[in-house]
Formats: sequence, C-alpha cells, structure tokens
Amino acid sequence: MAAMSGDPQDDPELRRAQEKRLSEVWAQPQGWRYWTAVNNSEVGLWYTATSFGFMFFAGVLGLIIRAQLAVPDAGLVSAETYNQVFTLHGTAMMFLFAVPIFEAVAILLLPAILGARDLPFPRLSAFGYWCFLIGGLFVTGSIFFDAAPSGGWFMYPPLTTKYGGIGADIWLLGLSFIEVASIAAAVELIVGVLKCRPPGMHLNLTPLYGWYVLIVGGMILFAFPPLIAGDFLFEMERAFDWPFFDPTRGGDPLLWQHLFWIFGHPEVYIIFLPSIALLAMMVPTFAKRPVAGYSFIVLSAIGTGFLGFGLWVHHMYTTGLPAVSLGFFSAASEAVAIPTGIQIFVFIATLMLGRVERSVPMLWSMGALAIFVAGGLTGVMLAIAPFDFQAHDSYFVVAHLHYTLFGGMMFPLIAGIYYYYPIATGKMLSRRLGIWSFWLLFVGFNVTFLPMHLSGLLGMPRRVFTYPADIGLDGLNMLSSAGAAIAALGFLVFAWDVLRPKGEADAAERNPWNAGTVEWQLEMPPAPWGARSVPKIESRYPLWDDADHLRNYDEGRFYLPDAEEMQRETIVTSVLDAEPIQCLRVPGPAIVTIVAAFLLGAVFILATFELYAATIAAGIGALAAILYWTWTGTALHPEKPAKDIGLGVTVPLYLSGPRSTGWWAMFITMLGDLTAFVGLPFGYFFFWTIHENFPPADAAGPGWVWPLVAGLLLLGAWTATWSARLLNGRGRVAAMRLSLAIGMASASAGIAALAAGPWWHGMDPTAHVYPAIVWALVLWTSLHVAVGVIMQAYCLAGSVTGKLTPRYDMDMWNVSLYWHFMAFTVLVTVLVIGGFPLVA
Amino acid sequence: MGRRGRFDQRGEIAIISTRQAHFAPRLSRFLALCCLALGCLALAACDAPQSALAGAGRESAEVASFFWVMLAAAALVWLAVMGVAVLGVFRPPARVTERAARWLIVGGGVVFPTIVLAGLLYWGLGLLAERNTAEADLRITVQGERWWWRVTYERPRVPADDDPQRGRASSAIARVVSANEIRLPAGEPVEFVLHAQNVIHSFWIPSVAGKMDMIPGRETRLVATATRPGVYGGVCAEFCGTAHALMRFAVVVEPKEAFETWLRAQAAPARKPLASAGARGADLFVSSGCGACHRVRGLIEAGEVGPDLTHLASRRTLAAGIAPMTGEALVRWIRSPQSMKPGALMPAYAMLPPDEIDAIAGFLLGLE
Repeated sequence: MAAMSGDPQDDPELRRAQEKRLSEVWAQPQGWRYWTAVNNSEVGLWYTATSFGFMFFAGVLGLIIRAQLAVPDAGLVSAETYNQVFTLHGTAMMFLFAVPIFEAVAILLLPAILGARDLPFPRLSAFGYWCFLIGGLFVTGSIFFDAAPSGGWFMYPPLTTKYGGIGADIWLLGLSFIEVASIAAAVELIVGVLKCRPPGMHLNLTPLYGWYVLIVGGMILFAFPPLIAGDFLFEMERAFDWPFFDPTRGGDPLLWQHLFWIFGHPEVYIIFLPSIALLAMMVPTFAKRPVAGYSFIVLSAIGTGFLGFGLWVHHMYTTGLPAVSLGFFSAASEAVAIPTGIQIFVFIATLMLGRVERSVPMLWSMGALAIFVAGGLTGVMLAIAPFDFQAHDSYFVVAHLHYTLFGGMMFPLIAGIYYYYPIATGKMLSRRLGIWSFWLLFVGFNVTFLPMHLSGLLGMPRRVFTYPADIGLDGLNMLSSAGAAIAALGFLVFAWDVLRPKGEADAAERNPWNAGTVEWQLEMPPAPWGARSVPKIESRYPLWDDADHLRNYDEGRFYLPDAEEMQRETIVTSVLDAEPIQCLRVPGPAIVTIVAAFLLGAVFILATFELYAATIAAGIGALAAILYWTWTGTALHPEKPAKDIGLGVTVPLYLSGPRSTGWWAMFITMLGDLTAFVGLPFGYFFFWTIHENFPPADAAGPGWVWPLVAGLLLLGAWTATWSARLLNGRGRVAAMRLSLAIGMASASAGIAALAAGPWWHGMDPTAHVYPAIVWALVLWTSLHVAVGVIMQAYCLAGSVTGKLTPRYDMDMWNVSLYWHFMAFTVLVTVLVIGGFPLVA
Repeated sequence: MGRRGRFDQRGEIAIISTRQAHFAPRLSRFLALCCLALGCLALAACDAPQSALAGAGRESAEVASFFWVMLAAAALVWLAVMGVAVLGVFRPPARVTERAARWLIVGGGVVFPTIVLAGLLYWGLGLLAERNTAEADLRITVQGERWWWRVTYERPRVPADDDPQRGRASSAIARVVSANEIRLPAGEPVEFVLHAQNVIHSFWIPSVAGKMDMIPGRETRLVATATRPGVYGGVCAEFCGTAHALMRFAVVVEPKEAFETWLRAQAAPARKPLASAGARGADLFVSSGCGACHRVRGLIEAGEVGPDLTHLASRRTLAAGIAPMTGEALVRWIRSPQSMKPGALMPAYAMLPPDEIDAIAGFLLGLE
C-alpha cells in the first residue's frame, strides 16, 4: 500500500495538517467544561474510576463485617447497622462495581480494540455514566443517614415489603435507575461491536474481547429486564399496597425470587465473562502466539451465555420445589461447567503451545486461574441439590461466591488493568508493586475465604451479625478476619500503584507487551483522536501478521486519515462482513446529557421520598431535556450526501433503517423492553399455576369488550404509524402527517379504552393480586403507548419543521420500529387480560 | 528495573526468571501451609455441635460422605489443572503440537467433565430420590416467628384406638405445643412441616438434616432421621430481619423411650406451683399481663403471640437458643429483651420492681 505511487499521504506536510485537524476536533474541553466531555476515553476512565471508588467503599464495609465477626458475640456495630452494612456490601459490589466495571472497561477499550475512533453514541455513554454516578451515590450515601437498605442484596419480600423503613425504596429506585444506565451501556456496546468494527474485520476476525462484549451485552439485555419488571411490581406493592408478594391476598413471595434470580444468575456470567475476555486478550500476547482454538472459545462463551439463563433455580433449591425441578436444574447447573472448562483449557493450551513471557499481568492471570478453578469446583458441589440443602445460605456459599468472583473477575480485572493501563494513560504500572500487591492479595484472599468453606459446614449461616463462642467457629473466623486485613493491604498497594504520580520513567513505549491485536497500534501516550487512521483488517493479529501495519496507520494510509469538515467521524460497517457503509458523525461535548441524567435521577430520588408532585415536575423536565437532546443532536442533515473515506471508498454520511446504528439501537433497546414486559404475563401465569382458581371465579374482571376495543384502537395506531413511514418514503408528506395524527388520536383513545375495562368493573388493585396484576399490565402498556404518542408527535413536528423529510427519515424508521414492538405488547396485554379469563 | 528499557524482551525474561522462579514452590508451600492450618482447625472443631459433617442423622451422614468424596475429587482436579497450567508457563518451550493442544481442550474441557459430572449427578440425585420416598409417623410442625420457633408435635398416622400398646400414650399426645427446642427420637424418621408467619425463615439442623425454607403462605416439608443421641444446634438460615443471627434452637436427640417419656410430660399441663414464692410468681405472671402473649397450660390459656411456656424450664436455652436457662438470664430477659436480642418484639418489663421480676422468673423456672 505504501508503495502506491501518487498517494497523497506521501506528503508529510499534508499529514501534519491532518494531525492538527484531528487533534483539534477530538480535543477535550478545558476547565469545568471538561466534565461535558462525551468521548469514550474520558467517559470510560471516569466510569472505571467511579466503579473502583464504589468497590473500595464496599470493601470497607466488608472489612467492618470481618472486624465484627473476628470474635464471637462482638459488639463493634449493632445488629441493625450490621444488616445495613452487609446489604450494602453485596448491593454495591454487585450493582455498583461488578456489572458497571464491565461497562466501564468496555467503553474505555472497545473502540481501541476495534480500531475505531469512538462508540456510535458517545452522549448515551456519558448519560449512562452520570446516571450511574447519581444512583450510586444515592444508594451508598444512605448508610450515613442510617437509612440504608437492610434486607439483603436479594431483597426478599415479605421482609422487605412489610417491614423496614425507606431503605427498601432506596434500593429499588436507586438500582432501577442504575439498571437504566446498564441497559444504555449494553445497547451502546452491542451496536459498537456489530456496526463499528473496522473495514475487513469479518465476524470471525473479531477480537475475542469483542465477542465477549457482544455476548455479555446480549445477556444484560435479557437478564436485567426481569429485575426491572420485578422492581416495578415491588415498588407498586411498597408504595400503593398492590399485593403481588403478599400471600394473605393471593400474592406469593416466590414470584420475586424467580424474577430476581432469572436476573441474578445470568448476572454471575455477566460479571465473569468480561474478565475472561481480558484473559483472552492477554494470554496470546504473553504466549506470543494466536489463541489456540478461537472457534472453541467463541462457541463455548456463547454456550455459557445461553446456559446462564437456565440455572436460576439453583438459588432456590431449599424453597420446597418438586424433585423433578431440582433434578433438572442440578443437571443444567453441572452442564455449565463444560463450556467454562473449555475456555479455561483453551488458555492452558495456548500457554503450552507458546513460549510464555512471565509478566505482572500473567502472574495475576495465573492467580485468577488458581482461585477460579477452586470456586468452580465448589460450584459443581453446590449444584447437586442434596449437598446444597446443607451448604445453602451458609458460609460455604460465601466462600464459593467469593472464589468465583475474585478468580473469575477481580484477579483477571487487575491483570487487565496492569496490561491496559498504558492505553488509558500512556504510563506503565510498577512491576515491583504489582508483584507485592499480587502476593498480599492472593495470600490474604485465601486466608480469608478458604476457612469459610469449613465454617459454613460447621453450621455458620450467612448474614449473621454474631455467633456463639462454643460451637467451634472462633478460630476460623479469627483467621478469616486476619486474612481480610492482609487482602486489604494488597488492595492498598494496588491502589497506590494506580494513583501514584508517575514521571518520565513510567512512560510506556508503543506496544509495550509486543501484542498482536489492533489496540496496540495506538501512539504512546495515546493521541486524542483514538485512531490516526481506521485500519483495514485482514487477520486476527494484524500487528504480528502485517509488518507495514504501524507505518500505514501512522502515515494515515488507512481510512479516514483526516477531518476536513472539522467533525468527529468514525466508520460504520455491515454486521457480518464489515464492509464500510457509512461515515458516522459522532457528537462532541454536551451539557444536555448531564442535565437529563440529573433530572431523571431526581425523578427516582423524589419518588423514594413520595414527593409525587415534584417527581412529576422532574419527569417533565427530564422528558424535555431528552427531547431537546435528540432534536438538536441526532439525525442531523449532513452538508453533502457522501464522503470519500480513503482507499478509494466513498460512503454515505446519512443512513436510516436497518443499516443504520440508530435503528439497531432502537431494536436492541426494545428487545430489552419486551423482555421486561414479559415479566408481567409471567407473573400473571405464575399466579395461575399456584392458585386452583385464577382468575378467581367470583372476582370482577376487565371483561372482553373494552380490551377488544383497546386492542383495535392501538393496533390501528400501529398501522397508522407504519403507513406514515411508508407514505413518507414515497414522498407523500401530507398523507404521512395525516396518518401520524390519526395514529396519535387512535393511540390516546386506546389508552383510555384499556383502562376503562378494569375501571368500570371496579377492580381494586389493593384487594387481591388478580386485579393488581391486571392493572400492572394495563399501566405498563399504557405508559409505553404514551411514549409512543410522544414519538409520533416528535415525527410530526419533525416533518412540519423540515427535520424529517422523505430523504432524511431516520426518526420515522425508528418510531415505526418502536410501534412494531408496541403492537406485540398490546396484543399480549389484551389477550391476557381480556382473552384468558374466557378460556381459564 | 524501572528504566525505560525494561521491557526489552530478552532482558525481561532474564530479570523475571530470577525473580519468579520461586513462583511455583512458593505457591505449593503456601497451599501446604493452608491445608495444615485447616486440618488442625478441623480436628479442633470435631465436636462442633452444629456441624454438617457430624453425621448425627441419616440425611446428614449421607451428604457428609458425599462431600468428602467430592472434596477429594475436587482437590485432584484442581491439582491437575494447575499442574498443567504451571507446566505451560515454566516448561522448556515447543514440545507440544497443535494436535495435542486440541486434545487437551477437548479432553479437559468436554470429555473429562462430562463423565465426572454424569457420575456425580447419578449419585447426588439418587440421594434426592430416597428422601422423597421416606415416610414418618411423627410429625413436627415448626412455624418460624420473629425471632423464635413455634413447635408442635403430632402423630397423625397412629389413631389412638388402633394401637393397643401405644394407645394411651398416643391419645395423650395428640398434639403437643412447645417452642424453641426440638427433641427427636433416635432412629425414627420425622416429618417436619414448615410454615412461616410473617417473613421467610429457613429451618436448619446441620448435624441431622439439611435445611428447608419456611415461606409465608406456603407449606414445605423435610424428612429426617436422627441417629446419634446428643445435643445439637439448629439455626435460621434465611435472613429474616434484625435478630436473624439470634434465631437458634437446641436439638436434643434421645433414645426412643426417653423421647416418649419426655413427650408425655410435655403433653401434661403445668404443675401447680407448690412453694409460696412460686405462687406469687404465678399471680404476678397473670396480673402483669404476660398471659396475653404466653400460654401456660393449666394456668392461663389465652396467649398465642409468644412462645408457649408450659414447660419452659425443661428447655435448655432461653429466647430461641441464645442464653442458658438460668434465673439470671430470665431476669435479664424479662427486664430488657432487646438488650439480649436486638429487635425482639417482647416488651421490656423494666418498670416492674426487681423482686417482682425475680418472683416471675422463679415461677417460670419451676415450669419443668
């Protein structure tokens, strides 16, 4: 390529001018405006630092737990405080560290790993970050007001619905808010992997990290929504006394356990797989050869992802389920050991085939393996129901889960931080401190948690603030507490290494580990532009396989070497073959995302304190901010239809429909939304299975007339929206506007008709779970249709003002996609509430 | 170290190999130490009264042996996997072929676990099947309360008239209500029927059986056979609020005859207090309103809210397994239950004069 005669990139003057333009376009804002940055390198760094901040907070809570339990009958903290401490320890570690750190690291690294300049929706990442920060501070801060949740991180009702103060609401609303951020990040990352790979990076050339991000993003999409549905039911019970979990009025506490663990078990893999992904990037580098068995690892990661959804009942073995269920879920839980084992053996095989260079990341990786394999083996034991009858809710499980999380997550993550630190900062971490912190943490961890297997089997239950002196637990607990102190020291050494001021001596060389993957093409220290030119990829390890790669990259001989129009740009490619199909203009710094996040945060926080008027006001403000953001920042008309991105390729600047990133984002978001919705009919039929007569024969139902009318009106609104998209595409703008107006009217009437059924039949949602679940379905569907009406109005306004035209019709495509999902939601709601009582 | 050139490849290997040659021996020495320490502790804890490894019941013993086998197998697997991995890092280079590596992945990741896990499932689920077919003549209904246990003994399968030998005894013990301590006849299967009043609890006697949750609105069951007489500990295993850690109970396993004798004694109403101090205590018990929550059969039969106290002094512990049954502990409990059990729902009676509390405690200690 370099030898091509007459290549304009031969001119060093031109290259310097290009670099100047790129630097200027991608420069971060200065002063306080720095916080308005949206670029993945900044947001990813804040996200990572914030997650670690919450981890240290939760770690201190863990130390309080160990201090309290060091000796029997201790009184360091009161029972009530202890219960808040362990609840918040688990909650913060899971929701504020283990899951967000995946999003954080992926936002930080994914563009580099894909050779892209940024993720497709930088402002969405920033919005997600601010939501995470606000929600996290709200939840963790509560402990300083003695108002923290104290019902355990699993929040089992009726303990949490009937008793306790505001803590349960803080947990529910704070975490719902953070779940929004998680799903936003998942959408961003999935679209990133599917649509922002560099040209030539076929799916089977995708770096393993990309595969894992795709799988984990998909898992978040299907795992978090059931919890959101559960939270919705839970909060309706807490705030308005709708008895979903109250057995005296037909509810059942086990429904929550199912919804929680349908989320909670896949979550384990959501936490574990991203760290394995880091190992998958590091192991080949230090073995100095490609990973042995690329297809094995991809297929087994997908297999783990699928199986992860079929195991949730093993958290509920002791709830008295029939033996058939126990047997089935025991077998499924054992089966997941197979794909997990394959991934581990792929790494071992790679090490055996290669010539291993021993380094700090390798040391942490080996430690991870030692701990994770031990945790996996105790998991195999726990999966057998009769053994779990003993070990469940004992310290054996505490030991097991910490082994899997430290081995499967913490150690690989720290290995990854040692490995990728140069990409974030341009500096290297210290080898000496890395080895010190490893041994302190490794020894401290094992001294803390290995004895817990035994204390559990000696009869120590979980979540106890004290234990008696005479039952053989004293020595083991003292040992665990001593180990925790050593482990804490290890963390401190690590934290010091990361945070200590670094000088010239710490500066990283380019590609310091001699890796083969594309992220190591970055200049050291990394330049603000993310990629000097977006590479053309022909192999899995381009830096090893293509001797000219770095020169072509540096001299801008790949794609997009310039920013002629002074716009931030990255390349969108096709999903399977990564053919370039669009030059995507991505937005720069913005304050509206922060405003939107704060207003949405206010909605959740004010609702916690039952200040409903202020909640509604904040909600209107948040809606206005989001509309302003989308109106001014998305679907902008480019100044020209297409652009030459180099190497003789010209691609359009604007895409709509299934080829565009926006359509995919809507599609993926709505898949998650639909999954949450499915939680409600799941609840309806769950009650049907546990009650002999459900719907109760003597209970008033919504009838079939009003649901039928509502169904027809809402499906009419869907048809009208779809027609509007087709009419607009054919240039019949007036007809399109009329169709949209009809759709809005029909949808609004549909909402009224949907509520009319239960309303006219006097269904009281506080009386019994049947009216409550019917109202829950009606409420959910109505709120969604209402959002659909706002979208229709947005398109109508866009058409009138010229933002939405037959040529620039992205909004219309996305709104009509939203309505396709609405059609399904409406159909299910109407069939369940109106149709099912006729056949039940 | 610390200079810019430190990541030069050859220099790197030279530096590390001196520094990290200790990696493997250090690891194994550390692990050996851990095992040794744990072994000592395990020996020291041999007579732990709440141990799931004690094997004082049929179900518990089965699971304990199952566990020891699994533990040995797991230790071997761990050593093998780590051995191969450490070999991969330290072994002289280039002796493994791609083909061998593929076999390692398929053999270690697919074939080996499939065989081992299938065997494990066969054995483990076999244990499950046996449990479901077990039948029991003695039914003990346990209801989880905040934070204590309501215990009822019944023999539903033995109609009083049909059993000439046990007829009198059986009819006498049609239903015995007690609390916070469970007695079991050695060698006889017992069916526990489990309920909960307000929140979820979990009923766990590690030395005898596994655990089973107690869920409001549901009924769960657990069949267990205690085999070795002795006194064991039981606990609530599901987090149930403030005093979860202090929701325990003693389990007394006795030979069958001793158990029957005990059960007959429990079925009888409380003995009338003979000593005058006891009589004063009984009067104070009634006049202070204790009977609103607590029943003492033969004296006052109203209260259903708190534990039945008819034979309180026959129990080993007070307040759901958290204190010995002594006068001192009883006085403290009556005066300020929350100081012994944070969150306890019984009101404090600190306003009663000390001599009245002493009298009530004296009366209660007479309820054998």
